[in-house]
Amino acid sequence: MTPEKLSPLLCTIPLLPLAGAAINGFFGRKSSTNAISAIALLFCGLAFFMALFIAANFSSASAPYAFPLAHWIRSGNFSVDFEFYLDQLSLVMLLVVTGVGFLIHIYSVGYMWDDDGYYRFMSYLNLFMFFMLTLVLAKNYLLMFIGWEGVGLASYLLIGFWFVKESAASAGKKAFIVNRIGDFGFLIALFLMIKHFGSLDFTTVFQTVAPMAKETSGAGLLTAIGILLMVGAAGKSAQIPLYVWLPDAMEGPTPVSALIHAATMVTAGVYMVARSHVIFEHAPMALMVVAIIGTLTALFAATIGIAQTDIKKVLAYSTISQLGYMFMACGVAAFSAGIFHLMTHAFFKGLLFLAAGSVIHGVGGEQDMRKMGGLRVYMPWTFLTMSIATFAIAGFWPLAGFFSKDEILWKAYSSEYGSWVYWLLGVTTAFITSFYMFRLWFMTFFGDYRGAEAHGQGDHHGGAHGSRAGAPAPHGHEPHESPWVMLGPLAILAVLSVVGGWVGIGGRFEHFLAPVFQSGGAELASETTQAASKTTEYLLMAVSLLAAGLGLLLSWTLYSRSPEVPARIAEGLGSLYRAVANKYYVDELYALLFVKPVVEGSTEILWHGVDQGVIDATVNNSADSARHVSDNLRRMQSGNLRSYAGWVAAGGAVVIAYMVWMGVR
Amino acid sequence: MQIPLNYYLLLSGILFACGVLGFLIKRNIIAIFMSIELMLNGVNLSFVAFAAHWHALGNVHALSGQIFVFFVMVVAAAEAAVGLAIIIAVYRTRETLNVDQVNLLKL
Repeated sequence: MTPEKLSPLLCTIPLLPLAGAAINGFFGRKSSTNAISAIALLFCGLAFFMALFIAANFSSASAPYAFPLAHWIRSGNFSVDFEFYLDQLSLVMLLVVTGVGFLIHIYSVGYMWDDDGYYRFMSYLNLFMFFMLTLVLAKNYLLMFIGWEGVGLASYLLIGFWFVKESAASAGKKAFIVNRIGDFGFLIALFLMIKHFGSLDFTTVFQTVAPMAKETSGAGLLTAIGILLMVGAAGKSAQIPLYVWLPDAMEGPTPVSALIHAATMVTAGVYMVARSHVIFEHAPMALMVVAIIGTLTALFAATIGIAQTDIKKVLAYSTISQLGYMFMACGVAAFSAGIFHLMTHAFFKGLLFLAAGSVIHGVGGEQDMRKMGGLRVYMPWTFLTMSIATFAIAGFWPLAGFFSKDEILWKAYSSEYGSWVYWLLGVTTAFITSFYMFRLWFMTFFGDYRGAEAHGQGDHHGGAHGSRAGAPAPHGHEPHESPWVMLGPLAILAVLSVVGGWVGIGGRFEHFLAPVFQSGGAELASETTQAASKTTEYLLMAVSLLAAGLGLLLSWTLYSRSPEVPARIAEGLGSLYRAVANKYYVDELYALLFVKPVVEGSTEILWHGVDQGVIDATVNNSADSARHVSDNLRRMQSGNLRSYAGWVAAGGAVVIAYMVWMGVR
Repeated sequence: MQIPLNYYLLLSGILFACGVLGFLIKRNIIAIFMSIELMLNGVNLSFVAFAAHWHALGNVHALSGQIFVFFVMVVAAAEAAVGLAIIIAVYRTRETLNVDQVNLLKL
C-alpha cells in the first residue's frame, strides 16, 4: 500500500484514544459502566487493529514514511510541524503500545469495575494511549516532547488515582517532580540542537550529525547532547540516580503499574536513546555513560528486589533492573537488542504485573507476600500464566526473556563498545533476577496459605478495593480465581511471553530494524565476527542459563524446602540486610541532600525571608503607614465646630505671621 | 480735633479678637453667631475708619470703604436670616444648641 493511502490511517491512530478519553472524561460521570467500558475498549481496540493493518501493509522497501498533519511553529529558518513518522522502530513501538495497551484495557474492565472513579480511570488510560502514541510516532523532538510530558501527566493522574490516600497523592507528586528533573536535561539537549543544528526534525538532525567526526578524543557538542538526552531518559525510565519515583508509583492501581510503569511509558527513555542513535554513535563518551548507568542500575535495583516483601515493589525494582539492561544494550550501541528486550519485557513484565494484580484481587487487596502462599491451588490460571512470566524473565530457554537478555549480554561482551565487565555484571544481575523472581513465585504460590488469620485487620493496603471506603472487606473468605475478563489478557500475554522471543532467532529482529540502526559497513562486520565466535556465544549463553538455574535452585532451597532459613540469614547479615531492605537508604539520603535543603531553604529564605520579609512587608508597611497618617488626619475632622474654628484661626495666624515676617509687599 | 486712625484700628482689632475668642470659646450656637457678627463689625469699623481717613486727605476713592461696609452688612443680614433658620431647625431636631453635641450631620 502506498504511503498516501496509509497516511490518514496513521494520523488517526493517536487521535482515536484521545476521542475516547474526551468522551469518557466529559460524559462518563453520568454513563453506565457498560457504556464507559464499550467506549474505552472500542477506541483503544480500533487503534490496535489499525496498527495491525498498517503493519500488514508495511513494506521495508518504502520505509520510512513521513506524514505531515499540520504546521505548527514557523520562525525564520526554524520550523516545527505536527508530523508523524513511521519506520521499523516506530512500527515495533506502535504495535507494543497499542497491543499491550489494549490487553490491559480489557483487564482493567474486570479489575476496576466496582471502583467509583471507573470513568475517570478509563478516560486517563485512553489519554495515556494518546500521548504515548504521539511520543512514538513523532517526527521531531518537540512533538516527541509533547508526548513525553503527556505520558508524565497521565502517569501522575493514574498514580494518584486513589488520591484520598495520602501516600498515593504524594507518590504521584514524587513521580512528577523527579521526572521534571530529567526533562530539564532533555529540554537543554533540545535547545542545543536548535542552536547548533537549527532543527528538531529527526531526519534533518541526523543528516547534520552523520558527516560529523566522532568525538573520540574529547567531549564536545554531541557528547553534551547525548548525556543530556540520557538525563531525560534516566528520569522517564527510572535509572540511577532518578529511579526513586518508580517504586512509589506502585501506589497506583495495578493495571496502571502494568501499562505505564512496566510495559510502555518507562521504556520511552530507551526508545528515545535508540531513536537518537546517530548522535550517540558519534559520541562514545555519552555511550559509555549510558552503558555504565544501565549496568549499575540493573545490578543495584536487582539487589534491592531481593529483600522486598510487597509483591508489587519486587516487580517495580525488577522493572528498573530490566530497564537497566535495555540501557546497557543501548550503551554498547546494540540498539536493536535494547528494543528487542523492550518488546519482550513489555510482554512478560506486563503479564507479571497483571498476574500480581489478579493475586491481589484474589486475596482481597493484600500485597504482602508474607501473607500469601499456596495460591496455586486457589487460582490455577493465574499461577500458570505467572509461572510462564517468571521463567521468561529469569531467562529460561525457549521463553522470550532468554532470547532478548542473551542478545544483550552477548552484545555487551562482543560489541566494539562492550567489555567483559558489563557482561559479568549483567550475568550477576541475571542470577539475582532469577533468585528474587522465584522467591516471589515460591512465597506466593507454594506452601500454605498464610493470609487467613491476618484478615481481621482489614485491608489497609487499599489495592484493588481500596476505593470502597467503609465497605466491609469483600473477600473475607478464601482466595478465589479472577473473572475471565482478567484471565483472557493474562493468557494472551502468556502466549506472547513464550513466542515473543522467537522473532529474534537468527538475528531476524535485528535485520528488521537494521535500516534504522545501520551505520555503514558495521552490519557486515558484525556478521563476520558473529560467525567467527559462535563458540564463545554459546558458551556465554550456557553461563547465563546456568545463572538462571542457580537462582531457581537457591530460591527453591531457601523459600520452598526450608523457609525458616532466610530469616536466620537475614539476622546473620545484620546491618547489610537492613540496608538492602530499606533500599540502601537512598530515599532518606535524597531527603537529606535535596529535599530538606529545598524545603528548608524555601521555608526560611523564600517564604519567611523574601515573601514575608520583603514582598509582604513592603505592601503591608505602605498600607500601615497610609492608615496611620489618615488616622491622625481623621482627628482634625471631628465634627466639632470649635475645633474647626480653631484650625481656621491657627491657619489665619500662620498666614499673618508669615506676612509680617516677610513684610507685606 | 480729629481722633487719630490708630485708635479706630485698635478698637477694630480688639472687636475682631473678641469675636474670634468668642467663636472659639462659646458653646452656644447663638453666642457663636453673635461672635461672627462682632468680627464682621470689627472689620466694618476699620473700613469706615480708613474711608474717613482718606476722605480727610482728599482722596478720590475714599468712598469705596463706605460702599464695602454696605456690602458686608447686606451679606451679614442675609447670613443672619439663613443662619437663624438653620439654628431653629437644629434646635427642633436635636433639642440643644450646644455645638459640642451637634457634631454629626446625620441624625
